[in-house]
Amino acid sequence: MSELIDSEVAARVLSRALANGGEFAEVYAERSAGLTMAIDESRIEAVQSGAAAGAGVRVTSDGTTYFSHVDGLDPADIERAADEAAAALHAERSEPRPLSAVTGTPQPIEAPPAGVSAGRKAELLRELDERARGAGGEIAQFTASYAEARREVCVANSEGLLAGDDRTRVRIGAQAVARRGDLVETGAETLGAHRGFELFDGDPGSIAGEAARKALTLLDAAPAPAGSMPVVVGGGFGGVLFHEMTGHGLEADHVQKGASVYAGKLGEQVARPLLTAYDDGRLPNEWGSDGIDDEGVPTQKTRVIEEGRLAAYLYDGTTARRDGVASTGNGRRESFRHLPVPRMTNTYIAPGDAEPEAMIAEVERGFYAVSFAGGQVDPATGDFVFGVSEGYLIEGGKVTSPCRGATLIGNCLEALAAIDAVGNDFEMKTGICGKAGQRVPVGTGQGHVRIAAMTVGGTEV
Amino acid sequence: MIDAARRAVEAAAKAGAGEAEAYAAEDSGREVRVHGGAVESLTAATQRGLGVRAWIGKRVGYAYGTDLSAPGIAALAERATEAARVADEDEFAGAPSPDAAASGRHSADVQGQSAPEGLEGLSDPTIGEWSTGRLAELALEIERTALSADPRIAGVEQAVYADSSERVAIASSTGIEGEYSSSSCYGYLQALAEGEDGRETGLGFGLGRGPAALEPAAIGREGAERALAMIGAGKPASRACPVVLDPTVAASFIGLVGRGLSASAVQRGRSPFAGRAGEEVAGEALTLYDDGLDPEGFASSPFDAEGVPRRRTPLVEARTLRTYLYDTYTARRGDAASTGSASRAGYRSQPSVSTSNLIVAPGSLGFAELLGEAGEGVLVTDVAGLHSGVNPVSGVFSVGASGRAIRGGELAEPLREFTIASDLVSMLRAVRAVGTDARWVPFSGSVKTPSLLIGEMTVAGS
Repeated sequence: MSELIDSEVAARVLSRALANGGEFAEVYAERSAGLTMAIDESRIEAVQSGAAAGAGVRVTSDGTTYFSHVDGLDPADIERAADEAAAALHAERSEPRPLSAVTGTPQPIEAPPAGVSAGRKAELLRELDERARGAGGEIAQFTASYAEARREVCVANSEGLLAGDDRTRVRIGAQAVARRGDLVETGAETLGAHRGFELFDGDPGSIAGEAARKALTLLDAAPAPAGSMPVVVGGGFGGVLFHEMTGHGLEADHVQKGASVYAGKLGEQVARPLLTAYDDGRLPNEWGSDGIDDEGVPTQKTRVIEEGRLAAYLYDGTTARRDGVASTGNGRRESFRHLPVPRMTNTYIAPGDAEPEAMIAEVERGFYAVSFAGGQVDPATGDFVFGVSEGYLIEGGKVTSPCRGATLIGNCLEALAAIDAVGNDFEMKTGICGKAGQRVPVGTGQGHVRIAAMTVGGTEV
Repeated sequence: MIDAARRAVEAAAKAGAGEAEAYAAEDSGREVRVHGGAVESLTAATQRGLGVRAWIGKRVGYAYGTDLSAPGIAALAERATEAARVADEDEFAGAPSPDAAASGRHSADVQGQSAPEGLEGLSDPTIGEWSTGRLAELALEIERTALSADPRIAGVEQAVYADSSERVAIASSTGIEGEYSSSSCYGYLQALAEGEDGRETGLGFGLGRGPAALEPAAIGREGAERALAMIGAGKPASRACPVVLDPTVAASFIGLVGRGLSASAVQRGRSPFAGRAGEEVAGEALTLYDDGLDPEGFASSPFDAEGVPRRRTPLVEARTLRTYLYDTYTARRGDAASTGSASRAGYRSQPSVSTSNLIVAPGSLGFAELLGEAGEGVLVTDVAGLHSGVNPVSGVFSVGASGRAIRGGELAEPLREFTIASDLVSMLRAVRAVGTDARWVPFSGSVKTPSLLIGEMTVAGS
């Protein structure tokens, strides 16, 4: 971390940031480098190499945050950013505490991707392409992407904290298009981790096969039903449902503004006792894990729902100070150009004791949402909507025909309370979550989960 | 900026590139967020960076960076040429040439346009005269107006003002050179109304070239009115019925249509409009064009992201799909002329085909007449889940919606938690009437559209 910003420079920046007063000052420095490429029409293209470095300085005073950021890590530029952040304040100078280093534990990386040849990465994409095209003549198109990024960060603040982290993430994605006459369907799958190239030691090509299988399955799909019915949600990326309908509402900024349906409900029973859920930024090598958060607080495991009771909110430093509690290590930012806000890391529903097969067998007529294309929630009203990427009808306790174009729609509090079974299986998946104009990597996970009644929006009235 | 771009092109040649193009951008911006009558955060920042495309024969690579020193630019050019070596050959790859850019071949629909001498009105020079204190006051007025609009307004989640002044320069080894400045700003808020069984939210927004163009009171009022209108909302009965899309919602769908009209999506078989050029794709009432030169449009610029002049391109007229949108690569591949439709999200992204300002020509019916024409149906004022509920290849969609019931041609009770479903081509064909209430909406690209009456769509509620 001392490579990014010298501790003497950091101390000087903090001192200048508080020159006109303020309760808190922070400097955040970052250097990132990445490589992305894609395969489309069986051709390697869109090869892109990026590099950026910069720093952001903020000062808080009486609840207002003054923020300034600069490109590059030249000490003179960072000090100028500190002056700019302090410019709007007119109080007496305050003194930062002497810096003392906090050690976070970076996630272990075995094979740094920068040390692997670009040709090997192109080969990986060709492997995916062949795998998907081998899945059948109805696969009309296939694209896949590869992305690696290393992000070194360093944070110092006026409370004496000095911390750093070194983060490497790799991710591949596959998208297949299947065609039969006028019918066109797509299928997608991703594999990613806070990890090195060793992530691809197993069978990375399987995601291409999986994307192709999803697209082909949908060719035989019937229009989705419309109406209210029991819904069984699949494991893994099914966890995005919990991420959207509950996770965002637990982020302390929404809660403090009264813009969350979970505000004022701490300690209350919001779900049946069979439900326990966590946000855990320490899960080894998971996509949403980091050594420290972007304010230098070591990441941690927070139980957000304990046997159906709302147990905790997710805090960054600013919201924690406001509530007089400790940060839960959820202060995250997209880059040095952004202010940190409370964000989820890896959020998941803990495994329950139901057998997934039995959860489906108990449903007379319902919907099986295996995976989602994504979702959206308004934390203030709790209204949410999810696009189902792979879904089936459940008839007489059995999974029957695949459905296209299904959407799940509902209200967080009602849907959470309606979860009546949690499976004993478990899987984590990767996602990119957008909030306040910032995108950060998040993990979502769960086993099968059943919701007693939910509105399925399809085209079949 | 043009200097940095020129130096990068030279550096790429030294690094072994046959042709090269550099895009340099510098941006300074401010943002004020207010909450509860106080300033929550105040951000001031400048950023600049450079993106280089390098061609080695028929291979192309891209690199970007923020280090504009001589060694920084050399390393960046080196990375771009390295990236080109990894890419496979593509027979249509190549640097845009200034001939094609300045005159080139024009399709039948794009007649007699040449490079504009300069596009006036893209920048508001007074933007820098506004102190942060005055901008904070503007954001506070947005919040205040919403709070005082009605006792049922319980709060404002956030009111925001933001601006950006940008300077862009492009240079290439084939002789393209150009530079321009533009500015933009916006204000918005999310108002919260206390409903009978929970809270309702309402978005108000406005945009302009500079803060003087914003009407803070109107933004605040719109957010409050939208939130209040949703109090007591229920679910509609599931059925197929006429649907009116207000301009904000219509803009989202028109934005999706624009994505499907990109020649890139079409050539790769990933658009519901592939193979439909010259065919009937819309109702008589709908006229749609892309205009990169409209001074009011936020995507306007004298030239596109690879230096080709912007222009006005008719897309849908008299029920017929006239043309797709092309950049240099897709024009070569499709044996057409570039429509000046290369866009980038900034120096960190390589150019790709995208709409500039997508404009729906206003129709003849006022909003009340549009509701009268709908008779019995649903007005949609908000949609959610567009990124997950639309299949961009087939155009099939099912998205979450809220709005109002239409009974006997008049607005009735508020509705929420329902979905609307159709596919993009069927939806365009079902456009029965177009309103007169055109408005610029920045959520799905830059789109200007009035309300649209869709003859029939599936509504799924209870």
